[in-house]
Amino acid sequence: MTEWPRLPGYVSHRDGPEMPTVTIETARIREACEQARDELGFDMCVDVVATDRIREACEHARDELGFDMCVDIVATDYLGWGDKGVAGYIGTSSGRDLMHPMTQGLQVLPGLKSKRFSISYHLLALRAGAPRARFQCWVDEGEHVPSVISVWPTCDWHEREQFDLMGIVFDGHPNLERLLMPEDWEGHPLRKDYPIGGEPVRFSDEQ
Amino acid sequence: MSTTVIPTTTYEGTRIPARVPTILDVPEELRDSEDVLRVNFGPNHPSTHGVLRLIVDLHGEEVVGVSAVVGYLHTGFEKSMESKTYWKCITFPERIDYVGYQNNELVFVLAVEQLLELEVPTKAKWMRMLLCELNRIHSHLVFLGTSALELGAISMFWYCFRERETILDLFELVTGQRMHTRYFQVGGLAEDIPQGFFPECRKFVEWMPRALDDYKGILDRNEIWLERTQGIGVLSGQDAVALGQSGPNLRASGVDWDLRRDQPYLHYEQVDFRVPVYPNGDVYDRYRVRMDEMAESTKIVRQCLDRLERMEGTPWIADDRKVVLPPREELHTSMESLIHHFKIVTEGFRVPEGEIYVAVESPRGESGCYLVSDGGPKPWRVHFRAPSFVALEATATCLHHALVADLIAVVGSLDAVMGDTDR
Repeated sequence: MTEWPRLPGYVSHRDGPEMPTVTIETARIREACEQARDELGFDMCVDVVATDRIREACEHARDELGFDMCVDIVATDYLGWGDKGVAGYIGTSSGRDLMHPMTQGLQVLPGLKSKRFSISYHLLALRAGAPRARFQCWVDEGEHVPSVISVWPTCDWHEREQFDLMGIVFDGHPNLERLLMPEDWEGHPLRKDYPIGGEPVRFSDEQ
Repeated sequence: MSTTVIPTTTYEGTRIPARVPTILDVPEELRDSEDVLRVNFGPNHPSTHGVLRLIVDLHGEEVVGVSAVVGYLHTGFEKSMESKTYWKCITFPERIDYVGYQNNELVFVLAVEQLLELEVPTKAKWMRMLLCELNRIHSHLVFLGTSALELGAISMFWYCFRERETILDLFELVTGQRMHTRYFQVGGLAEDIPQGFFPECRKFVEWMPRALDDYKGILDRNEIWLERTQGIGVLSGQDAVALGQSGPNLRASGVDWDLRRDQPYLHYEQVDFRVPVYPNGDVYDRYRVRMDEMAESTKIVRQCLDRLERMEGTPWIADDRKVVLPPREELHTSMESLIHHFKIVTEGFRVPEGEIYVAVESPRGESGCYLVSDGGPKPWRVHFRAPSFVALEATATCLHHALVADLIAVVGSLDAVMGDTDR
C-alpha cells in the first residue's frame, strides 16, 4: 500500500499520548451532565472514566444524576486507526468549506488514541430535555472491564454481545458467554484484525 | 413536559431474576424433581416471528424456568458496513429491522448527516416523517395481525394485511420498492415525491380510522382475546426501566416516554399528537398502546400531507456537491458535475472524524446508531442499538409464573423482530 503524506508531527496511535481520565470525584462529570441536561437534542458529553472506576461512575450517574437507563454498550477497535491510506478527511485548513469547489486543501488525520479498545456506555435520563451522557473507558488487549450489570440489569446482553464480537472481558458478569456467534466459534468478528471473507464457503470448489 | 410513572396495578418490588437478569432459574425446591420437563421451543416456530429459541422448563402447565437463545439470524451487518462507502451502507440498516425499515434507514442517515453537519431541506424532513409514520402503522399492523393469529383470531390477520398492502403500495408508488425502500439519501431524499402520491395517501388516511374501528370491534369485546391478554406477562414500570425497555413496551408499563415528543428530531415538535400510556404492563396494554399509536400516526401523516402539498417544486435534497449526487441532466453539460458524480460513486464522500450516537423512536422503541468516522469514505465502526434485542431481555421477567400457553402471547407482545435482535 502506498504511504500517504503525513502532516508534520504525525505519530502512530501506538506511541500516542495518554488518554485523559477523570475520576468521579472531580466536578467534571457533574458539570458535563448538567451541560447535557441544558442541551436538548442529540448532543452528548463524553466522559473518559478510569476503567477500574466505571461501575462506581455508573452508580453515581444513576443515583445522583438521575440517569435511569443505560441504552447501549458498544466497544470499538482502534487497531490501525489513522494508519490506512483512506483515513483522514480532506478539507481546507480552516475547516470544511464547500463553497469553494476544487479545493483539496490539507489532509487532516484523525486524532490519536492511546489504547486499542474504547467501551462506550450510552446513558439516558427519562426526564424533560432527554439528557444523555456517554461514559467511555479504554482498554488494551488482555485488560478487563468491571461489569455494570449490578447497576443496570439491561447490560447483561449488551456486555455479552461485546464480549462475543469484540472480545472484551467484563469482570463480575455472572454469565459471560457468546451471545450471537455459535458457542464454539473462534475469534471475535468485529475486531479489525478479523478478516472479511475469512470463513470458508462450504461446497465450493476449494473443498 | 415531565416524565411521570403513572400509578400502576402491577406487582410490588422487582421480578427481575437475581442471578442472571435474562434467565429465569428453576426454583431450588423443584430443581431435583422429576416433574420438571425441559422443552426446546424453537428456533423455528411460527409464533416466534423469526428464529428465536427458548429453553423452557415446565412444571405441569407452568413455566418455571426460561432462557432465550438468540443469534440464529446474525449476519454481521456491522462488520459488512465497515467495508462499504457511506452511501452504499444505507441499504444495510433497513435489512436489520425488516419490518420497521424506514426508521432504521433514518437513524443511520441522521447520524451521517450530523457528522457532516449537513442541512437537510424542509421538504425532505416532512417526507421522512410521513414515511416513518406510515412505516410505524405498517409495523404495528404486522404485530397485530400475527400476534392475534397466534391467539386464534385468524380473521384479524387478513384485515391487518389488507391495510398493510395499501401501505406497501404507497411505498412502491414513492420509491419503486415495497420493502427496503432506500429512499432516504444522505442530504435528503433520493428522488422527488412522484405525482399522484398525495391523493392516494389521502385516501389511505381517510380509510385508516375506519379500519381501526373494525379491529377494535373484532378484539376489544372479544372474551377470548381479553382472557388471553389481560393480566398476562406483567412488567412493572420500574423493571421496564431497569431492563432498558423502550417504545410501546415501556409505555404499556406506565412510563410516559416517547422520543418523538421528548427529544424531537425532524419536525416532530411541529405536529400535534398524543403519546398513549397504559398502566398495567400486560399483554393487553401493549396491544392497546400500539392500537392508539396507529391512530396517532395516521394523524401525523395527515399533518405531513397538509404541509407537503404546499411544498411542490421545492428542493428535496441538499445542494452539497461534495456529498450529494448532481442532478442527472447536468451530467450531459457540466464537466464538474461529471467529476463529482464519478468521485462520489467510486470513492464515496468523506465524513469528518468523530463519533456520534443518534436515537429515533422506531416502531419498536429507541433505535440508535453509534457511528465512528476516521475521516475516510467508509465508517470505522457502526453499531445499532436494537430495540428488539433489549425487548427480549425482558422475557424472563415477564414469564414469572406464566402458563405455557401464555408464553406465546407474551413473546408476541414484546414485538421483537429477530433480524433486529441479531443483526
